[in-house]
Amino acid sequence: MAPTTPQEPGLSAVPSYEEQQSQSRFDALIGDDSRIEPRDWMPEPYRKTLTRQISQHAHSEIIGMQPEANWITRAPSLKRKSILMAKVQDEAGHGLYLYSAAETLGTERDELNDQLLTGRAKYSSIFNYTARNWADMGAIGWLVDGAAIANQVPLCRASYGPYGRAMVRVCKEESFHQRQGFEILLSLSRGTEKQKQMAQDAINRFYEPSLMMFGPPDDQSPNSAQSMAWKIKRFSNDELRQRFVGMIAEQVKVLGLTLPDENLHFDEEKKQWIHKDLNWDEFMNVIKGNGPANAQRLERRREAHREGAWVREAATAYAAKQEQSEVA
Amino acid sequence: MNHEELDASLDSFGDALASATRVTPGNALRPEDIAVAGAKPSDEVAQYALHLGDDALILAQRLSHWISRAPEIEEDIALGNIALDVLGHARSFLTYAGLAWDKSEDDLAYWREEEDFTSLQIVEQPNGHFGVTIMRQLIISIYQHLLYSKLLESTDETIAAICAKAVKEVDYHRDHSAAWTIRLGQGTEESAAKMRHALEVLWPYTGEMFQDEELHRTLGDVAVLPSTLREAWEKEITDVLAEAGLEIPKSGMAMAHGRVGEHSEHLGFILAEMQVLARKHPGASW
Repeated sequence: MAPTTPQEPGLSAVPSYEEQQSQSRFDALIGDDSRIEPRDWMPEPYRKTLTRQISQHAHSEIIGMQPEANWITRAPSLKRKSILMAKVQDEAGHGLYLYSAAETLGTERDELNDQLLTGRAKYSSIFNYTARNWADMGAIGWLVDGAAIANQVPLCRASYGPYGRAMVRVCKEESFHQRQGFEILLSLSRGTEKQKQMAQDAINRFYEPSLMMFGPPDDQSPNSAQSMAWKIKRFSNDELRQRFVGMIAEQVKVLGLTLPDENLHFDEEKKQWIHKDLNWDEFMNVIKGNGPANAQRLERRREAHREGAWVREAATAYAAKQEQSEVA
Repeated sequence: MNHEELDASLDSFGDALASATRVTPGNALRPEDIAVAGAKPSDEVAQYALHLGDDALILAQRLSHWISRAPEIEEDIALGNIALDVLGHARSFLTYAGLAWDKSEDDLAYWREEEDFTSLQIVEQPNGHFGVTIMRQLIISIYQHLLYSKLLESTDETIAAICAKAVKEVDYHRDHSAAWTIRLGQGTEESAAKMRHALEVLWPYTGEMFQDEELHRTLGDVAVLPSTLREAWEKEITDVLAEAGLEIPKSGMAMAHGRVGEHSEHLGFILAEMQVLARKHPGASW
């Protein structure tokens, strides 16, 4: 079979015999749907792509805590407060699993964190939208976590072992998140007129951004083909978006609310959902850093990092002292 | 889509109850269980449950602010976990108290005024830097651990049952805050200075924790006389502080009477934030 990894131009384009052997073993593992493990040889571009993807995913979990943490202290009932707290705490847990998975590829968590704080690394653009009302806790759970799950379930079979295994745990827990979101909206939709309006407003604001979470349409997604060849990605952006929009189109009926997409329908001939044109200019603009909350989200992370510096230094100093006294 | 289809559609992703970060032994006796069991407490017992519940509620509210702001992700999780445990205790105590007055946990949390709250002033103290939060937690966790351990013998079965669950959780909170106190006390000069500062600002509010009230005497074996906890508490915290290289400050005790509704200036702000949304929608359910 053809090698799964494109060759770089230049002298390195002529691989050594050992490299050719390693590449064939790698290709065979991918071909057999087996897993690549941390100690296995892997082509550099595969390592880089995965490090970028897994760390972006970790950063998204960590930044994604903020819009929801924003409502913990104001949650309107103690039960909701408790569920929301558990959920945001889970996200921190997911961040940790994922940083650990990324570390198996050879980049330390401190370095990954630094990439986030200095703006060199990206995270999911959706978290640059603000959570303006309580119903946003519902919409984020139902739509944002829902889209994340649709994206992530196939990643449980990703060719890189530690990533796939981390995703199995993450997906199980995300299901709880999506449910709590849906349940918030369900309660609001059965509540007072103001509560219904709140729920509808949140859905209106999060619908399009959540559909854009799957990334640009397939014909404009340059990296997708390589990721699919490496079996990191199993379905295309549009396939996943289709699956998701079909699901929420049904679920929204239970809420007695609507999606802000009047002509959304299933085209029997094309066998696909037809949804409104998504605002990709806005998407690109948010990615560039101009979303409603980009600056705020990053600054919160920087602030926590800055203000926690003395604590981390003390912990390191204490650990060193302990080690010394054990040696002595 | 009917209910079952919806359930299957939401369920296709896995375990609906899975949570990544629950490491302590379960929640306190669930408020739903207490509400159903329906043993109606006397007015005095309810008042006592309210004390315990208010302490836990205000502490949880304070702690929850850390989630997404902690010095490292592990601490976002740990402080979140403690906040969640303590909120669970608050919900149980408030639910039980409310049975006496036909009120829900939320009626008590969201619709009482500042002067109706009975929390100790120590739990109202601001989070400050991480060291202040840790020191506050050490002070209160040792206290709650002693108190809940004794309340296992309470002649009120519901209070004893709530404490049976809660005591295991506060035991972990105690370990967590003691470990950090020692680490920070012995870490760097800066961290030791910050811990001394934390002790100075918090210590004056420890006196109130041991004040006996008429209510405690009336309740007899239902409750624990706070003054009887003092010696054990002082011994335990002194041991931790000694290991951390810290000393109990020489400052006196503040005149604090949170149990009778005389609060620090902080409580009003805490409640304003906590209650704002619920109060915007009277009669709504969530």
